[in-house]
Amino acid sequence: MKSVEEIKSAIEAAVPGATVSVVPNPAPTAQHSLLIGAERAIQIAEFLRDDGELALDFLSNVTGVDWLDKEISEKVKVTRQVPKSVDGVEQIVEETVEETRKRVELGYLEAVYHLYSVAKKHGPVVVRLRTANRTDQVELPSLTPIWRSAEFQEREIFDLFGIVFTGHPDLRRILMWDEFKDHPMRRDYVEPDDFEYEPTPHDEVLKRAQEHKAKVAAGEAIQ
Amino acid sequence: MAESLFGANRQMAVDENLKIELGKQGVFVTTIQELYNWGRRSSIWPMQFGLACCAIEMIATTMARYDLARFGSEVFRPSPRQADLMIISGTVTKKMAPQVVRLYNQMAEPRYVIAMGACAISGGPFKQGYNVLKGIDRYIPVDVHIPGCPPRPEALIQAFMTLQKKIDGQHLTGEERPRHLDEQAPGEFPVPEFGEHDLDPPSNPGTWTVPKIIQ
Repeated sequence: MKSVEEIKSAIEAAVPGATVSVVPNPAPTAQHSLLIGAERAIQIAEFLRDDGELALDFLSNVTGVDWLDKEISEKVKVTRQVPKSVDGVEQIVEETVEETRKRVELGYLEAVYHLYSVAKKHGPVVVRLRTANRTDQVELPSLTPIWRSAEFQEREIFDLFGIVFTGHPDLRRILMWDEFKDHPMRRDYVEPDDFEYEPTPHDEVLKRAQEHKAKVAAGEAIQ
Repeated sequence: MAESLFGANRQMAVDENLKIELGKQGVFVTTIQELYNWGRRSSIWPMQFGLACCAIEMIATTMARYDLARFGSEVFRPSPRQADLMIISGTVTKKMAPQVVRLYNQMAEPRYVIAMGACAISGGPFKQGYNVLKGIDRYIPVDVHIPGCPPRPEALIQAFMTLQKKIDGQHLTGEERPRHLDEQAPGEFPVPEFGEHDLDPPSNPGTWTVPKIIQ
């Protein structure tokens, strides 16, 4: 099978305007993946399936990943002008100071597709799609029209991570009920407070049980 | 335990020794209560529904090797209207809980519940999860709890025998009469609704209160 770099250049040659980059995997498996741009994802998927040499006709698995906002602090050297008295005379002197700057790298939601070829007996090729952020721009094109087996798994990702797959034939929650508002697999999900009876609490459960007790004492919860 | 269950029942109009003596002479003496309870306990028809892996053990219990028919419970009814016993055999997810309560409401009195396995009695290995009910007794009254993951068929048979003893010890009149003979007892249990974050209400305070932990 072609290496990921070769697949990347094949995609770029076949699909004009496609943005593809390789996400390296430093583990011994070295299962590098391809990060593809959402705007050409359908065409890229079509190419991966229909290309004679790749023939990735089988979508084995679709999964979601939640990447939280990352705060990055870095040290920057800044020159600034500082008033200073030199020999009793007020002067403006240039000084170089090291400053710590913090910036927030926006988190995103990711859908990961594992592709195999039954015809060519090779795989997997790992393809990733990322949303712009994890709050309001959570749309990704659905690959169900290309691989039908994505249907239920994309519904599951919609249910548990909250990625909205545009072009999906039947995008409803699949595990939780329709009235449910949260996305339980997101890393900032807070589960409902039913820690009223914990006979053997420890760690996180102990913390939640104590919080619940405090709530009952304050009269905010019934039992 | 059997003594305490049967003890009160034996203080009847007919002396126990006299009853045996009459039996030797071919005269059968009984009370309405005894006959009624014997009838109820000898043909407990379970409802045919399984929730998770415990259901496999429940099926094994009904088959030839363990043969639940010995206890008069081989007739699994596919309708709650014809069933006496609900075996909660497995994990009750929050999505399934309203349907379980609704099925229980549709059963005719007298009705009984066996909570089978760790999940049904407490949520089991999924207790700290967001999607599994932490024990079905939060919504409906449970007669017998069986621990185990899953419980063996012998454990389920033990639960049947415990339930039979419980039925045998019931009085038809007085304060401790069973629910179906008590007009004041609740006949219908509120079905929880799907909320935005959890089931609403998270438990039925009429059936379940937080157990006290004695340390």
